[in-house]
Amino acid sequence: MTTVAPSGTGAPGRARLDVRTLRTDRWWLQPLLTVLALVAFIVYSTVRAFENANYYAEPYISPFYAPCITTQCEGSTFPELFSGPAFISPALYILIVPLGFRLTCYYYRKAYYRSFWMSPPACAVAEPHGSYTGETRFPLIFQNLHRYFFYAGLVFNVFLTYEALMSFRNEDGEWFHMGLGTVILLTNATLLWLYSLSCHSCRHVVGGRLKHFSKHPVRYKAWTAVSRLNTSHMKYAWISLVFVAFTDFYVRLLATGAFDDPRFF
Amino acid sequence: MSYEANLRVWRGDAAGGGLQDFTVTVNEGEVVLDILHRLQATQTPDLAVRWNCKAGKCGSCSAEINGRPRLLCLTRMGTFTEDEVITVTPLRAFPVMRDLVTDVSFNYEKAAQIPAFSPRPREADGSHRMQQIDVERPQEFRKCIECFLCQDVCHVVRDHEDNKKSFAGPRFLMRIAELDMHPLDQLDRKDVAQEEHGLGMCNITKCCSEVCPEGIKITDNALIPMKERVVDRKYVPSTWLGRTIGRRKG
Repeated sequence: MTTVAPSGTGAPGRARLDVRTLRTDRWWLQPLLTVLALVAFIVYSTVRAFENANYYAEPYISPFYAPCITTQCEGSTFPELFSGPAFISPALYILIVPLGFRLTCYYYRKAYYRSFWMSPPACAVAEPHGSYTGETRFPLIFQNLHRYFFYAGLVFNVFLTYEALMSFRNEDGEWFHMGLGTVILLTNATLLWLYSLSCHSCRHVVGGRLKHFSKHPVRYKAWTAVSRLNTSHMKYAWISLVFVAFTDFYVRLLATGAFDDPRFF
Repeated sequence: MSYEANLRVWRGDAAGGGLQDFTVTVNEGEVVLDILHRLQATQTPDLAVRWNCKAGKCGSCSAEINGRPRLLCLTRMGTFTEDEVITVTPLRAFPVMRDLVTDVSFNYEKAAQIPAFSPRPREADGSHRMQQIDVERPQEFRKCIECFLCQDVCHVVRDHEDNKKSFAGPRFLMRIAELDMHPLDQLDRKDVAQEEHGLGMCNITKCCSEVCPEGIKITDNALIPMKERVVDRKYVPSTWLGRTIGRRKG
C-alpha cells in the first residue's frame, strides 16, 4: 500500500498509520468502472464525430450530428445556417454544448474527480496530490458556468425532439409512419429531457434560489417536481449517455446498410 | 450464538501508537461499541473511547471501522463475517488524544466563525411567523447530530491539513446553507460561504453524504444549492452588473 502524505492523514498529531486506507471492500471498483465507461464513450463519440459520414438514414439523424447546421450535412433535416469546409465534420460545431453540459454537471464532476483525478478515489482513501484548491482557480472555476450549458442544452433537447418528431415519416417524406428508429429517437430525446430537467442547476433556477416558497406556489411545485427527478440524476446521466451512443450506433447501422429499419406502419 | 471476534484497535497518543490485536467475545445483536466495552472490561481497562447515548443520537462515538468513518454504536457486528478482522481507529482527520479519542475542537472553532442566526424583527404581537413549506428545507439540516463524520471524511481537510484554515467543512457549510435558506434570517451568506469558509474548495464528491448517520443529503440539498446561490451572486453577468452599479442588493 502507498504511504500516506505527511500533509494528510500523516500530519503531526494525527493517529499514525502508514497505509493509504484501511478499507477492506472493493473501493477501487467504482472508479475503475467509471473510467472504463467514460473512456469507451469518449473514444466512440470522438471517432463518430470525426467520421463525418453515416450519420443520416432517411428519416433518422444521429444525435451526434443534430441539429445539422451546415451545407455539408447529409440529408435535409434542419435549416443550414452556414457553409463550413468539407473536411470539418458538422458534429464538431455542436458537440461543445452537450460536452460542456456533461463536463460541468455536478454528477459527472463527482464521477471524474473520483475516478480520473482520484481526488479522492473513494471515501476515506487518501488522494495522491500534495496540494488541493478545489474549484477556486482556473480552470475549475469555470465549473460555475454549468447553468449556461444547461440553458443551451435545453435548446438542443428541443432540436432533438424536433428530429424525433420528424422521424414519423417514411423514406419518401410522408407523415404518419413509424419504425424502430422512431422509437429509439423518441426514447433518446425523452432521456435527454429527463437528464436535463433533473439537473441541479435546473432545480435551483426553477425555485431553489427562493427563500420563501410560500410566496411562489407555482415555482414551489416546479421545484418539488425537479427535486424528485434530481434524486435520480446520476441514473439519468448514465442511461442517457449510453442511449445517445446507442442511438448514433443504430443510425450508423442503417446508414451503412448493415441493418434495415423495421417499419411498424 | 456467541463467537470470538478478531479485533484490531489503534492504541496510542499524539506521540505515536499503532494497531494492536485482540480476541473478544461477541454475542448476537451487538454493535462494535459493545465489543469495545467488553474489551475495556476484560483486557484493556485503560482503553480510551468516547461514547454517550449508544443510540446514534449524541454523535460521540465516531471512529473509523475497517477504514470507513462510522458511529461505533450504529455498526452491527452482524455486518461482518465471524472470521473477519475488524480494525477500529480514531478519526484520522483530527489530532488524536488517546486511543480512539480525538480532539475535534477544529469543528467548534469553525462553528464559532459562522455568523449567527439573524432573524428579522418580531411581528406586532411579538411572534415570529413562518410557513411550513418555507422552513422544511432547512429543517433537514437540523437532524445533524454533530458526529463530525462528514468533517472527518472530507478529503479537503483529511488529506490536506493546510486547508483547515480556509475550509469550514461540510457540516458548517451546511449550517451556512441552512441559515441562508431560513425564511426569517436576514443576513446574506453567499460571500461568506465562498470567500471565508471555502465553499469553492468543495468538489462535491459526496463522501459527506455517504457517511452521514442521519442520512442528510448534505451535498445535494445543502452544498450544491449553496454553490448555485454563489453562482447567482458572482457569476451571473446581470447580477454582477446590477450590484456594481448599485441597482441590486442581493
